[in-house]
Amino acid sequence: MSELLQFLLSGVTVGAVYALVALGFTIIYNASDVVNFAQGEFVMLGGMITVFAHAAGAPLPLAALAAVVATAGLGVAMNKLAIEPARGAPVVSLVIITIGASIFIRGAAQLVFDKQIHSFPAFSGDDPFRILGATILPQSLWVIGGAVAVFIGLWLFFTRTLLGRAVLATSNNRLAAQLVGINTPFVMTLSFALSAGIGALAGVLVTPITMTSYDVGLALALKGFAAAMLGGMGNPKGALVGGLCLGLLEGLTAGYISSQYKDAAAFIVILAVLFFLPQGLFGRKSTDRV
Amino acid sequence: MRLTVKSATLLGLVALIALAPLFFPSGFYYRVGALIFVNGLAVTGIVILTGWAGQISLGHAGFAGIGAYACALAPVHWGLHPALAVVLGAGVSAVLAWLVGRPILRLKGYYLAVASLGMGILISMVLNNERALTRGPDGIEVAELGLRAVLKDAGLELSNGQFWYFLCGLVLLAGAWLALNLHDSPTGRALRALHGSEVAARTVGMDVARLKLQAFVISAVYASVSGSLLALQNKFITPDVAGFMHSVEMVTMAVLGGVGSVFGAIFGAAVLTLLPQVLTVFAEYEQLVLGAVMVLVMIFLREGVVPSILRKIRGGGE
Amino acid sequence: MTLLSIEGLGISFGGVRAVHDVSFGVRPGEIVSVIGPNGAGKTTLFNMISGVYQPGAGKVVLEGEDVTAMSPHLLARRGMCRTFQNLQVFQTMTVLENVISGYHLQESGSVLADLLNLPASRRRARAAEEGARALLGRVGLERAAEREAGSLSYGSLKRLEIARAMALKPKVLLLDEPAAGCNAVETEEIDHLIAEIAASGVAILLVEHDMKMVMRISNHIVVLDHGEKIAEGDPASVSRNPAVIAAYLGAEDAAG
Repeated sequence: MSELLQFLLSGVTVGAVYALVALGFTIIYNASDVVNFAQGEFVMLGGMITVFAHAAGAPLPLAALAAVVATAGLGVAMNKLAIEPARGAPVVSLVIITIGASIFIRGAAQLVFDKQIHSFPAFSGDDPFRILGATILPQSLWVIGGAVAVFIGLWLFFTRTLLGRAVLATSNNRLAAQLVGINTPFVMTLSFALSAGIGALAGVLVTPITMTSYDVGLALALKGFAAAMLGGMGNPKGALVGGLCLGLLEGLTAGYISSQYKDAAAFIVILAVLFFLPQGLFGRKSTDRV
Repeated sequence: MRLTVKSATLLGLVALIALAPLFFPSGFYYRVGALIFVNGLAVTGIVILTGWAGQISLGHAGFAGIGAYACALAPVHWGLHPALAVVLGAGVSAVLAWLVGRPILRLKGYYLAVASLGMGILISMVLNNERALTRGPDGIEVAELGLRAVLKDAGLELSNGQFWYFLCGLVLLAGAWLALNLHDSPTGRALRALHGSEVAARTVGMDVARLKLQAFVISAVYASVSGSLLALQNKFITPDVAGFMHSVEMVTMAVLGGVGSVFGAIFGAAVLTLLPQVLTVFAEYEQLVLGAVMVLVMIFLREGVVPSILRKIRGGGE
Repeated sequence: MTLLSIEGLGISFGGVRAVHDVSFGVRPGEIVSVIGPNGAGKTTLFNMISGVYQPGAGKVVLEGEDVTAMSPHLLARRGMCRTFQNLQVFQTMTVLENVISGYHLQESGSVLADLLNLPASRRRARAAEEGARALLGRVGLERAAEREAGSLSYGSLKRLEIARAMALKPKVLLLDEPAAGCNAVETEEIDHLIAEIAASGVAILLVEHDMKMVMRISNHIVVLDHGEKIAEGDPASVSRNPAVIAAYLGAEDAAG
């Protein structure tokens, strides 16, 4: 019983990270119909920039803040330099562009930082809490708490602020949003900033547990994508539920089947969703207009 | 006589394969040439899938991995001749592509990208982890094809480098011939049509999902054979052949040269295969360069280098 | 005998009834037009008949077979083909290749034969090409055969789309605003073309805004307003129908 609880707790922790990555996908997808394969690189950058800023002498909170802000800026740059010039390009081209951007960021990180595995101290020490025979690290609580805070914050942003509603309107119908005077390029920029910032925050929160290196982005992107698809592409609630489900599945796979193949859980989920549930748990059926 | 794209491409390739050795400063370049041909073969498959049918796969290296490990494992475990192992690998790749592609190709464009990416990583995970069979990340030796000895007995003596250069060249030529046949055939026309407008393609009776699946399976076979050739000529293979970066290389080569044109894609393969050989520092910058090439070509030269140049020449001639 | 019959077809989008309980039939060689003010649900009706949308209610019956919500490529096999209001041609292919693609069902065979360029594959392709050239002649585009389709004028593209549809040798042809955006000369050409196709025994279902054209060539007219059928009959009786006049005047009032 305590063993099961242990697997569930670690599943929820990684699930919270996947939910944040999935949320990042969702925000950009809703604003622009672009599936951003570079989403995982934002998580990597969040961790790596914090590591190096901290090593250079910045206090941890400041290093983390710098990482989130810098990554958000990079997200904006990516939108301006790579996505906006290709407006209206076919899906295949956009996939190639975001994959290219992701590899470019990875290659740059390898040169700017290094190829080593890094970590930094946990925010509140490493003494685990005990719950019913299972343990949980204080940092895991930071991760879960961070994810909850981001989801609540975004929910408030989208439902209570004018800007948030403008973003929602744009995702519903870009042309109509333009007609009522919403600055849609700005909404795109904002979406990339938000989504990169959220990715970076996830990286900051999880690095003390999982550690980081220049090449962790791809796996995270895939898992975030699996989570987003499981929940239903384009649905923030789906991102949360999909992320947690995937995390739990991975935790249980690692615990009961094989830790070597825990990463396979995500891909099996992707394939299974595509086979049996293409719209995901909360997705809508879309109808093409002709 | 009007030179068709097909005959021009094939003649160009024959001339290239036959004449290039005259300019080789050393025997080492036979090896580089063979590598170009092997990559060119995989990329020709990408042309069919991405250039014509308009679908993108980020996991084709997985099929190359299957082709490569078929050559490493089948001769040892089941006593299969390496040449038959190539066929076995191609068959396994085709079946896997069919199984994975069938449900996915009914859906929108990026789903195949994600699913194939997942599939590729899954294959490379198995190759890395099943040490009992594959010996894991350190790699495994591959049996000798044995054809060179046969040729020698028949009186044709080639160095190892020369042998693989000409064999891979011939296979590439065959692959290009098949692909170019397909381009102008009813199936090829249908693939290009569904790329243009799926709605219209359905209206004229095309079974869009089935056509995409055919393109996916055919391109998987190309990747698989390319992986087999790589394993056989190196006589050694590691799971990197199935790795994500190898998939990305294939797509980048095709995109750089021109994903809609067989010759363009082979040109792209040549450039990106030569680059690391010429620039030894390239390894450091490989990811940076591949990433930048993908983004820049998609924004500024969407058709790729070769078709863009051809268009310029034709445009200037009018 | 009725070739295509529409029985009580309806659909809603997000609770809004776009089309409700529409029924009518089309006989071989007959030109039936669906008219109505903007937003009356004509294109939606078309999309349901041609399998693009899944109807919420009702049936589409082709030659006695229920083909409701059948995928367009299967409908094509059963002899139903359509054109599109917003043009769906294969832009980067040549004009000739566009029409050849209409022969897909007749010319497609084994992929292996295609890969190996076997005589069987070449024979199929050649037959399709000959047929396609003849069709291009019929729509007056033979001289543009080798041009990229994307470079044609709007009116030519409309005719190209019709030629491609005719390549399927359809029993029923659905034309969605074939004359929209065409000038008077082009409209007349298309007009003749449609009459000619109908005369060869093809059942034609037409959505068109150009009233003069509709009145001139239709055998039968179905009038939609707010998604419902408000009248049907021959051109003369429909144009005198008070409900039809009211619907059009009402629409004009709203527009003004």
